[in-house]
Amino acid sequence: MAWNRKLLRVDLSKGTCKAEPLNMEWAQEYLGQRGLATKYFVEEVDPKVDPLAPENKLIMTTGPLTGTVASTGGRYSVVTKGALTGAIACSNSGGYFGAELKFSGWDMIIFEGKSPKPVYLSIEDDKVELRDASHLWGKTVFQTEEIIKSSHQDPQIRVSSIGRSGENGVLFACVVNDLHRAAGRSGVGTVMGSKNLKAVAVRGKSGSGGALKDAKGFMAATKAAKKVLADNAVTGQGLPKYGTQVLMNVINEMGALPTRNHRDVQFEDARKISGEAMHEKRPTDGKTHLVTNAACFGCTIACGRISRIDETHFSVVNKPQYWGASGGLEYEAAWALGAANGVGDLEALQYVNVLCNEDGFDPITFGATIAAAMELYDLGILTKEQIGLEAPFGSAQALVELAQMTAQGIGFGKELGMGSARLCAKYGRPELSMGVKKQEFPAYDSRGIQGMGLGYATSNRGACHLRAYTVASEVLGIPVKTDPLVTEGKADLVKAFQDATSVFDSAGVCAFTTFAWSLADLQPQLDTACEGDWTMEKLALLGERIWNMERLFNNAAGFTAKDDDLPPRLKTEAAKTGPAKGLVNGIDKMRPEYYKARGWTPEGVPTKETLDRLGL
Amino acid sequence: MKHVIIGNGPAGVVAAEALRKADAAAEIVLIGAEPEPAYSRMAIPYLLEGNIDESGTWLRKTEGHFARLRIRELQARVVSMNTTQRKLLLADGQFETYDRLLIASGSHPVRPSIPGIDLPQVQTCWTLADARAIASLAKPGTRVLQLGAGFIGCIIMEALAARGVELTVVEMGDRMVPRMMTPKAGGMIKQWVESKGVRVLTGKGVQRIAPAGANPGLLDRLAQAVGVGAKSEASGLTVTLSDGEALGCDLVIVAAGVAPNVGFLENTGVQVAKGVLVDSRMQTTVAGIYAAGDVAEAPDLLTGAHLVAAIQPNAADQARVAALNMAGREAQLPGVLAINVLDTLGLVSTSFGQWWGETAQNGGAGTELVDSANHRYLSLQFKDDVLIGATSIGHTEHVGVLRGLIQTRTRLGSWKDALLKDPNCYMAAYLASAQRAA
Amino acid sequence: MQKSLHIDANKCTGCLQCEMACSYENHGVFNISKSRIKVFNFEHAGRKVPYTCTQCSEAWCMTACPVDAIRIDAGTGAKAVHEDICVGCKVCTIACPFGTVNYIAETGKVQKCDLCGGEPACADACPTGAITYVDADWTGLDKMRAWAGKTDTQPRATA
Repeated sequence: MAWNRKLLRVDLSKGTCKAEPLNMEWAQEYLGQRGLATKYFVEEVDPKVDPLAPENKLIMTTGPLTGTVASTGGRYSVVTKGALTGAIACSNSGGYFGAELKFSGWDMIIFEGKSPKPVYLSIEDDKVELRDASHLWGKTVFQTEEIIKSSHQDPQIRVSSIGRSGENGVLFACVVNDLHRAAGRSGVGTVMGSKNLKAVAVRGKSGSGGALKDAKGFMAATKAAKKVLADNAVTGQGLPKYGTQVLMNVINEMGALPTRNHRDVQFEDARKISGEAMHEKRPTDGKTHLVTNAACFGCTIACGRISRIDETHFSVVNKPQYWGASGGLEYEAAWALGAANGVGDLEALQYVNVLCNEDGFDPITFGATIAAAMELYDLGILTKEQIGLEAPFGSAQALVELAQMTAQGIGFGKELGMGSARLCAKYGRPELSMGVKKQEFPAYDSRGIQGMGLGYATSNRGACHLRAYTVASEVLGIPVKTDPLVTEGKADLVKAFQDATSVFDSAGVCAFTTFAWSLADLQPQLDTACEGDWTMEKLALLGERIWNMERLFNNAAGFTAKDDDLPPRLKTEAAKTGPAKGLVNGIDKMRPEYYKARGWTPEGVPTKETLDRLGL
Repeated sequence: MKHVIIGNGPAGVVAAEALRKADAAAEIVLIGAEPEPAYSRMAIPYLLEGNIDESGTWLRKTEGHFARLRIRELQARVVSMNTTQRKLLLADGQFETYDRLLIASGSHPVRPSIPGIDLPQVQTCWTLADARAIASLAKPGTRVLQLGAGFIGCIIMEALAARGVELTVVEMGDRMVPRMMTPKAGGMIKQWVESKGVRVLTGKGVQRIAPAGANPGLLDRLAQAVGVGAKSEASGLTVTLSDGEALGCDLVIVAAGVAPNVGFLENTGVQVAKGVLVDSRMQTTVAGIYAAGDVAEAPDLLTGAHLVAAIQPNAADQARVAALNMAGREAQLPGVLAINVLDTLGLVSTSFGQWWGETAQNGGAGTELVDSANHRYLSLQFKDDVLIGATSIGHTEHVGVLRGLIQTRTRLGSWKDALLKDPNCYMAAYLASAQRAA
Repeated sequence: MQKSLHIDANKCTGCLQCEMACSYENHGVFNISKSRIKVFNFEHAGRKVPYTCTQCSEAWCMTACPVDAIRIDAGTGAKAVHEDICVGCKVCTIACPFGTVNYIAETGKVQKCDLCGGEPACADACPTGAITYVDADWTGLDKMRAWAGKTDTQPRATA
């Protein structure tokens, strides 16, 4: 079987850990990871719960293909009610932690309550215990991992932890594993911090996949699927060579690269912070910024970037701890820290990106919050005195210092730690926060890629590119090319992407496989691994079921159709340059079409008919 | 050329094979004193545990192995030799001549001079014959007192525990395996062993062994009078410890150390200290006579002091070097590296080289990581930026590189500081510095 | 001609497909803790280094074995552990200066790379060609030297 059939329930208030059988009926309806953990979550948690209250729960979860030879089969997710959004949150991460959790014999961990003092969870197969973490509190992600590995005398332990930002209540704190992979969005790390849970340390020696439904078939299916990835231009060539940064110049040319808090849609220095630039030799030391590409567990794509900051750069002078290679830059971070603020300094962006990993906060929300702060500064609403330094658009110095302040909870860094929605509201300009459901946009301007606007508006975890990556279709022509500048057909497109992605996120594999894989490539891998009959029809329905389950939770939490909307800038201020010049996003046209396609009422509520059809 | 090898343990066997590989034409004689095929004493504990039968202890398992290599096996005991005539006198009165000789006669267990040490229920655990005797005496519930908790004692202990005996271990040293483990590590092993139901008495010796019911000494009588003494049982023994405690038991296993088998070398010109002194080519003080294995006393790789390192990897290395030299080739062993691995009732420990470290004045530095609750321990000792010794408990992955780093005297450079900070990264340090992989 | 594993660390991305393939081949499960090939991560150098036995000619493990449980496979030249004979004494694990023989507590035996009888699963599973099974008449030392490789050939991202 592909599941371990076992979950770990940790009551942090009482300090207890206990094993429970996995609900295998639910597994047949929700598969695993995002779907199955969210099912547990919505069954057990009041939608109205304060995200930072002990009554909120936090689930770390694997999928059935996590910890198998399926390509990219190393994913895990953190499911909770997001601290940033107040909506259902599910943040997905690669690295090695997820596979190790699977190898330790558990499918998921449900954390409930709040520990009276800092603790970390230690798992070595069935040997599970909460240990004192007072010596880890106040430490960075990097230090935490190092101390745990050293004190356990085991360099092979995998650690997932929060940094100081998660302790300090930064609302967009991540849970970081393997130093630079993160369950990044919606403030899942903030929830973890609110529970006084510093880290989870896992060593799995039990392994997985001992009783797959059809082991021989599984080996053949995964091999065939790997070939599909290798033969595809994006997953076989573009991503290994340039990483997600392959997109920087492409999206800029499309006029869909949000710049200076979405005032512009093209960034004049995009090339300087692009994947191509990372391959160029620096004049200072003759080395390239990029050291190598790297894979997460089981991944045959290897899009990850490992880079080295120029030792002479102002951000790291006299800081040798930042001179070594580290993770980044990926496209989203390069955009959020760079174009979004008008900063074209690649080295500064990587330094800030490392700080985000080191202290565990989401570079997308952080970068976009800096963009909002810079606009408030530009408008004279925030002053140098309030911020503590000059913060004009384009200032790498300001970006670097504000990142350090946010990481450590110093001065204006505390206000930045609220995220852009709360920051802009506090200073009387809520419309300047570029996001949906209090979560900031990622790196695609929806005036130039219309479908993304609908995807952002209706994403269950707030603005997000990973719930419906219509860029694939609208830009890259995967699986079919659609016109990025029109709204026609986008409702169905978004729904199809949302449902399919729900399946991928529940399987244990990476969303990036979908550049090459369709559900038809995933289906044979699941069907040979998992007991039960996993047809295309069953999977399609399962994806839609997960989406609607999340929607029901959000509706019960108080979200309405009004929250499925974009900031006024994107609906009223037309793109100034590029192919989308003169265009705004047509969200108000697409939304009703989408609700209809979903089988929801005009108010965005799933009809009884829809719920019955999905078995909800 | 006729090569004669005294002793058919691992050193003798490896040397014989290496000789054949080096010289296809030579005559090779392998002399063993025991009636069984060449076997490994190291395998005896596993025989006692019942994991293998006697054939499982044989050093070579292929039928006709020695005959195929034209190695003549000779069961005999050498009682003396004439180095001028190059002739060995055997116990049956026969002579065996040689051109080149390898002394690989091994060692024998020491029986300390304690009253009662020769009683029939007092056993050493060294030969297959010993093993058979122990197997017949040590049954589930048998009260066994083991004298000595050194390296060999600990290996035997595992086997005895597996036989379900009621076990008490008495060790003179202040901790278990005192000559292999740091004080902390020895203490952790003791704690572990005790948690598995073995009684361990350190810092104590055995004063007297007597049949139970025999006239007890004054102290025993006193002890029994106040009710702290052991109950006498007809078939058993009473063992009196150095602190006066009297213990009842059915079987005493003596594991109080071993001594090289050098008796037959008296007045031969072959110089013996504790073992047979050899140079880096494994040649003794008499040209043409070599020694290897437990009987040889060679310079230590690190300290230069002569030592007997009774472990098979060392025996094999020495045997190979001796054989090459005997065959007229040039080969040297820069020194002996003491390495040990132990499994005490499931707790795996290792020690390497100069595990006790070096003084700071001499460039020494070290680090020790202790996790008693989880039974993990790691100590690394350096001289300048070279690893010279290590001790571990609970580490079973890639531990061989500790030998690699010490043996090759790898300069660790900046990795030394990394190791002092976190000794767990020894594998990375090895790959980076010894293999230049990073 | 005999073949040997050739490892080019510059091509390794750290996906660990080799470790899964190894454990699946030898233990029937995906369990990298039981893999005979291990990928080591040098975080600050941005380097992943696959590492396993080179089947060195010295064969310290083989001569250290007290019970003749490690023997040369006639077909592949690999030094292979015969599990039915191994008594689990672990002496080979400290004798091998390359650290490539490991003790497995569950089985009570040691294990090391045996080249999968001539079709190494790790090489088959490697997606980047970092591990290949090639013709070679080199000695263990030569293999080791070749394997150590160049250290500074950045950037290594594959095209």
